[in-house]
Formats: sequence, C-alpha cells, structure tokens
Amino acid sequence: MLKVIQNRIEQGCKTSNYPLEPINLYHRYRGLPVIDSECSLDIVQRCADICPQDAIQVEAKTIDLGKCTFCGQCEVEGEGAFARFSEDFGLGAANRGDLITQGTLPDLAAHSKQEFKKLFGRSLQLRQVSAAGCNSCEADTNVLNTPFFDLSRFGIDFVASPRHADGIHVTGPISKNMRQALLDTYDAVPSPKIVIASGCCSISGGPFYGSDEIIGDLNSLIPVDLYIPGCPPHPLTTLHALLKFFKQG
Amino acid sequence: MDNMLKITNGQAIARASIPLVPFESFFTSLSTFVKNDGYIVQFFAFTEEDKNFILAVVRNSDLYVISTEVGSIFQSLTGQVSEKFHMFEREVAEQYGLRPDGHPWLKMVRYHPNYTGYPDVFDNDYAEEIPGNYSYFQVKGEAIHEVGVGPVHAGIIEPGHFRFQCAGEEVLHLEIQLGYQHRGIEKMLPTMPMKRMPIICEAIAGDTAIGHNLCLCQAIESLAGMQIEPGASITRCIALELERLANHIGDLGALSGDVAFNPPASYFGRIRGEFLNLLQVLCGNRFGKGLVRPGGVAHIMGEEQRQLLRDKLAEITPEIEHVCDLLFTAHTVLARFEHTGTVSKEMASDLGLVGYAGRACGLAYDARVAFPTECYQDLPANSNKVTDGDVNSRAWVRREEIMHSLQLITMLLAKHEALMEEEKAVQTRPVNLAADSFVVTVNEGWRGEVSHAILTDRQGDVQRYKIKDPSFHNWTGLAMSLRNQGISDFPLCNKSYNLSYCGFDL
Repeated sequence: MLKVIQNRIEQGCKTSNYPLEPINLYHRYRGLPVIDSECSLDIVQRCADICPQDAIQVEAKTIDLGKCTFCGQCEVEGEGAFARFSEDFGLGAANRGDLITQGTLPDLAAHSKQEFKKLFGRSLQLRQVSAAGCNSCEADTNVLNTPFFDLSRFGIDFVASPRHADGIHVTGPISKNMRQALLDTYDAVPSPKIVIASGCCSISGGPFYGSDEIIGDLNSLIPVDLYIPGCPPHPLTTLHALLKFFKQG
Repeated sequence: MDNMLKITNGQAIARASIPLVPFESFFTSLSTFVKNDGYIVQFFAFTEEDKNFILAVVRNSDLYVISTEVGSIFQSLTGQVSEKFHMFEREVAEQYGLRPDGHPWLKMVRYHPNYTGYPDVFDNDYAEEIPGNYSYFQVKGEAIHEVGVGPVHAGIIEPGHFRFQCAGEEVLHLEIQLGYQHRGIEKMLPTMPMKRMPIICEAIAGDTAIGHNLCLCQAIESLAGMQIEPGASITRCIALELERLANHIGDLGALSGDVAFNPPASYFGRIRGEFLNLLQVLCGNRFGKGLVRPGGVAHIMGEEQRQLLRDKLAEITPEIEHVCDLLFTAHTVLARFEHTGTVSKEMASDLGLVGYAGRACGLAYDARVAFPTECYQDLPANSNKVTDGDVNSRAWVRREEIMHSLQLITMLLAKHEALMEEEKAVQTRPVNLAADSFVVTVNEGWRGEVSHAILTDRQGDVQRYKIKDPSFHNWTGLAMSLRNQGISDFPLCNKSYNLSYCGFDL
C-alpha cells in the first residue's frame, strides 16, 4: 500500500488541459500542410513523382489528405517550396472532398450535423472496428484512454458491444475477409448511428491502395460522417475531430 | 548439413549458389537440422518457368539456405518430422496450391486464392464468404462446450477468431484462426515501385514499423550495394530500442490492468506514450514511420534531438523502476502471474518460439546477439533470470529487456555524439537491384525475430518477396499456454504474448 501511495505522489496529475490550453507538438511532427499556390509546376511535378501515395494533383496543386501518409518526402523534395507540414493537428473533415486541399480545411465544428451534436454532444459511445488496420491507428486510439488524454472526461467512451454504441470508428483498409464482420457490426448498432473513418487506410486504402485483397474506401460500403486523416492520426487529431464534430459550434 | 549453404544475415548471394537438391535429400537434411537444435527462419515456395520450388532458411548458431523442386504434392515435414513446419507448410499450400501430403492439420491460413491458379488445396470458392465458414478441431463429449470469440473483439484490438473446447472452466484445446487482416502484401510488393515499398513495410505491423522496415531496407541496401553512414546506423538502433520500450512498457501496464491492479496500468499507459513521443522527436511520427529508408535515415538526429532523448530518459527511468517494483512486488499480481499459461522449454523448442515468448521458456535466442545488424555487434547482450515459461516469466523478460534497452540507448547516444562526420538524410529513390540474387535479413523486433527475404529475377526485379513476423511462430505458443488452463485466464495469457494479427495475416 505504501508503494501505491509513493508512486501516486511521484506520478502526480498528468492529464492535459486540452482543449482549454493549446498543446504544441514537436516541430518535426507533420500535420496540416501549408501549400504555396504560387509554386512552379515543375516543382509540384517533382513532388508528385516522389509521392508514394499519388496524393498530389499537379495542375490543381493539391494534396489529398485522405491518401497522404504524411511521410514528408514532398517537403524535402521541393525544399518546402510546394508544401510544408505544419504542427497543426486539426485534420478532421466531414466531407471526403474537403480532404483534397490547397492547405486549408473547412471549420469542422460548422460542418457537422446539428442533430448529432444534440444527440451525442454530452455522451458519445463508440465501437471500434479494426478492419485490416496495421494496429498503429488502433494503438493511437487506445492511447486516448490513458491519463494524459483521459477521453472519458469529455463523455466519450469506446464500448465493448455495438449494441451499446452510438456509432463505429473504423480503422484499416477493410480486407475482403473483414467486410462481412464490419457490416454485421454496423448493422448491430442502433440508429441513428455515426460512422467514423480513421486513418488513410479506411479513407483510401492507405499504403495498400491497389491491392486486390482490400476494399480500400469505407464510404463505398457504408456512409461515412467523419474523416480523420493520418498514418496513424495523432491522438490529438482524433480528439480534436471528436470534440469539434460532436461538441462545439 | 553438408548440402546446405552457410549465408550471412543481410548479404545478398547469387541465386545460382543456392543449393538445389532432390526432395529426398531436402527432407533428410532439414529433418536432421531441426532435430539438432535447429530452427526455421524462412520456408516458402516460388515458381519459375512453370516449375515449383521450396526454399528454406534455417538457423542454429549460423544461417543456412537450401532449396528443392517439388510437384503439386510433396511429403509433409510437419507430419513426420517437427511441428516447426506446421504453419509454413499451410502457407505454402495456400499461396501456391502445393499440397503437403500427410500434414496433420491442413487448413487455410488467410483465405485467399492461390497465386498460381492451381486447383485450390482447400476446395474453396473464393467468390463466397469464407471467413467464419469452416470447421474447427472439436472435442466430443457430453460435458464439453465450445466458446467462440471474435473476429470483432471487445476492445480496441485487431480481429481474429478464437475457438475454445472446454470442460467446465478448463480449456482442453484452443484453436486460433486468423486471416481477417489479410491485405495481400506479399503478392503486391513485387509489383510496387521502390517509393511505395518502405511505406507498405512500415504498415505490415504498425507496432513493428521499425523492425519490418529495417528488414526491407537492409535487403535493398545489400541488393543495390548501398553503404549506410555510421550515424544512420546508430539512429536505426535507437529507434528499434524505442519501439521495444514503448511496446514492453505498454504491455506491462496492460498485464497489470488484466489482473485488476490499476495504478501500474495507468502509469505505464502514460509512460508508453512518452516513448512514442520520443520516436516523434526523431522523425515526426509516433511509430517511427518515415524514419528508416534504403540508404540510411530520412531524419538526422542532431544535438537537439539527442538532448531531448537524454532528458526524457533521465526523467522517466526512475519512474519506470518504481512502477516495476510496485507491479512485481504486489502479492495479488504475483498470485495471478505465477504458474499461469505455462509452456515448457521442451514445448517451446518443439514449436520454435522466438523473442520474449521463447526467452521466457529458456530459449536464449536473440537475433541482436546471434546475427547482429547495424551496431548491435558492439553492444552488450541481455540475459534473463526468470525462465519458467509462465505469464510471470514473460512479464519478467519484458522488465529485464526494458532496463537493458534503456542502457543501450544511453550508450548509442554517446556513440552518436562522438561521431565526427556530417550526416546526410536520404530519400527513397529508384535503385537497380542485383539480378538473379537472393538475400535474407533478420532483426530482433520487439516481439522477436523479424525476417524478410527477396529473390530477384534476371532483370533485377523483385520476383518473390517473403515476410515473416515473429507472431507466425508464436501464436501456437499462446494456444499451448491455454491447455488445461481456466478460460478466464485467456486475456492474461493473450496479453503476456501480445502477438500481431496483421503481422501474421500480411
């Protein structure tokens, strides 16, 4: 018992005050890209050529954050002339099209459905479904339950049964082998229900696009309400998206 | 063993030098080898000019390679020689439509049509929904009941199916059926441009992003004749140890949570995040994605990063020691850890368990010591004191490895600081790979032996890419841990292994 108390004192309270106080991530973190629309097409082309995810549209000078793994190679290749990745972790979007961006995303709080805020703003229960995810999205979602983030202080919980859930949070590129189990889980959630696509895999197939063993786009199976980009999304990206989408505005 | 070729970890050889022997002598050589403290690193099929081949890489204190040509049926080594071949032969049957004759449990591994177009060994119609629709090993008897769990589990966890055969609370048999996470990685990799390969390998198993990607990059470097700078090598080792620390610490916390002792679960849960943040300091990603690239690293560790690492380690090392002490001296914890889910050393050796699962049973193998890559040659080895094969031993091995890794990182940081030359960050570029070559790479990821193998064709294109996650060996260890164990101990046993579903399913 003495050791429990000693450790408790040593650990102290580690819970962050986010969102009341902002958190600054280390400058090497790669979040929302800042894109220079004046950049010459030659440089954009070089960035597009090196992009492993084919996420860059040259003529439009856009990056598709639904495909991007935030590897940062385009920033190095163009020496920042086309894209620089900022420390802004607010990447969630309500529409797939918004993720194809010139560096700005619409305010998520203004774009979410008011009925969702009314229904789930004070209590949101989610069932997580890993559908061929590499376990980094899953791991960084799990992290939200650790003392630093302490997700339950916002009235948001991940629950064990779809019957107890208000929606599903899907990770992974949806292997053919998980398709049925995913649909069964979705069906088991009582309506009205929310679908969240987390990580570039569930949005576009991510690193596995083109494989014939995956579906690759959650929205082609069931209608997606909220997109959270990243490979994996930083826990703060997920937290930011959940708070904006369900609680604010 | 005379007809096997001794090879070196991460050094490409000409395919012509790989011994190609008649099946009978392949069978006898491998039989003798695995019965004399030999283990399988790789065992896979490939086709060339309408012929089928099987290639095996095996290890004792050295690595050896041997290959043979087979027809559509070959004699199973699992049935007659050793369980070590069990999963490998099932994989060969599924991927290439070759039947291992006499295999005692020839089932699908990942439910996908084979690559060759041969008649399906399992008589499946892949247009139909297969996962969930297959028979399990059954124990018959009036008092016997079955428990099915998954594929979707009650937590934020990957999918897989567990089928228990129980008499009351006691588990007589557990069958683990995976495959839900199959993304077709081995099939897609040979068709991929170089720029996509590291991104894909970092997503084989996200918690082993460094381990798997290191195997890819070392293989490419060897086939393309690339040299890497000493600084990059040190950064790679630090990243691999940070990955080990994050996962071991997270698992000790989760083990504590599974026996309802919440303080260490909370503290370790948070401390795990500190290590992920250190990976983010190194490369901008909490799982080390985007760091290791063929030819070196994409992000140079400078004095700023070194100092952040040093400061954080100095801050949390005492905390880790204290929380470990709290966990491992709590009687209620020890009562649940000790003698739970025991696998004997003999069983572990028969199954070929690797990593901490093997070391907790007394199999000392650590690829960092046996086949060192990067800077591991110059670093001290770890040793384990508690090796009884139970949950307690697997937890102790983690504790010892945590302290060892912390020590390694301190040494590596000092080594890096002493380097004089300027480092250069690398980007993934198209490279020319040596034609008609073969390379196998082995690294000690946090779960154990991770290995990749590449065969190139006459044009220098990747003809066959083979991946093995340590989980491929160790899932069977978990199944054996549950024999004659209460079913309520499953979560604890499962967490003590914490195996990868996606690393297995590929």
